Amino acid sequence: MCLAYPYRIIEITGPFTARAEVNGVSTEIYTSLLPEEPKPGDWVLVHVGFAIQKIDEKSALETLKLYYELLSESSD
Amino acid sequence: MEFCGGHTHSILRYGLDEVLSPEIEFLHGPGCPVCVLSVESIEYALKLAKLENTIFITYGDLLRVPNPSGISLQTLRGEGRNIKMISSAMEALDTAIHNPDKLVIFFAFGFETTAPATAFLLRQAKALGLKNLKVISNHLLTPSILEFLFTKNGRYVDGVVGPGHVSAVIGANSYEKIAKTFEIPIVIAGFEPSDILEALIMLVERIRVGQAEVGLAYRRAVTFEGNTKAKSLLEEAFVVRDSFPWRGLGTVIRSGLAISKSYEEFDGERIWERPQVSEQIHGCICGKILQGKAKPLDCPLFRKRCSPQTPIGPCMVSSEGACISYYRFKLA
Repeated sequence: MCLAYPYRIIEITGPFTARAEVNGVSTEIYTSLLPEEPKPGDWVLVHVGFAIQKIDEKSALETLKLYYELLSESSD
Repeated sequence: MEFCGGHTHSILRYGLDEVLSPEIEFLHGPGCPVCVLSVESIEYALKLAKLENTIFITYGDLLRVPNPSGISLQTLRGEGRNIKMISSAMEALDTAIHNPDKLVIFFAFGFETTAPATAFLLRQAKALGLKNLKVISNHLLTPSILEFLFTKNGRYVDGVVGPGHVSAVIGANSYEKIAKTFEIPIVIAGFEPSDILEALIMLVERIRVGQAEVGLAYRRAVTFEGNTKAKSLLEEAFVVRDSFPWRGLGTVIRSGLAISKSYEEFDGERIWERPQVSEQIHGCICGKILQGKAKPLDCPLFRKRCSPQTPIGPCMVSSEGACISYYRFKLA
């Protein structure tokens, strides 16, 4: 229930809505909880259909990289 | 203690509980919104789902949670009741718009992550002047339950891995008072195993030097102040209840949100009373598990009478429940 997934905004579709995608699947999300105006290319965390926070792509990718490093170390 | 059931899931899935040094023991917390819904709330949902000429809407996790007699929303759906599960709060609004001849009842629950979506739904319903939508709020407050656990049990954990997505809304500052009062460091974590490890390093360091501070190991999504817009929506749409029942914990003061007077025309609780029922489910120790005072393997029903196919308690139903995580990831 508290799970939220990162999506990338591809198009602003209305005052409260945007089209966003992850892994090639796109969906309509509500952007009305975001303190700042969203724009295409932004990464957001989506929970029950709502973007609850903008996320920083760079640090997201860094964390993923760290994770893959850990995986390769543990298989050595 | 990790607060979130999502963290428990990751810890078990990636075996963090087995690979770290034995001094680190994970106690599983109450952060599973379905698991902590009281039997009273489950009975309330069942009562509302039986009303004629209505569409009962809720999040999918609740569907299979049985009451003490083994009846769930899924049972009622099998009997032909109009029960719809959703994954986005605004589907409740669409359903009401497209079914003007039916009364739509949205049974909302979840922590502060989920409550802002309900708040926005209420605002839109009011803007549209919808007459056929009622909302039942079972939303819960994270800091209140942590405060309750430490007031009741004392300082029984050395540190808390704090919730990631709740904190994206309420901000890491919300735990400052708890960390100071109970002298327990709290570090907010994301859900990747590397996020949890980073939080553990920060926690261990704080424990080592005796620093009861709040830390942030999930900076890509969480700030200290949180999401100001979502927080102001919460204030507009909800008021804090004097008390609210939690599974296995009893009644907890100032731990739940009721719909505010500004949106009273949508508040289903003003029409239908909550049932008063006793809590006992024979043998199920979900209440203890939710406080980190027992583990699923301690339960006499685990993997015997209670399994994901025939769950007795909610900790075996929700994907964030500790029991289902053990069932999936611990060898029999």
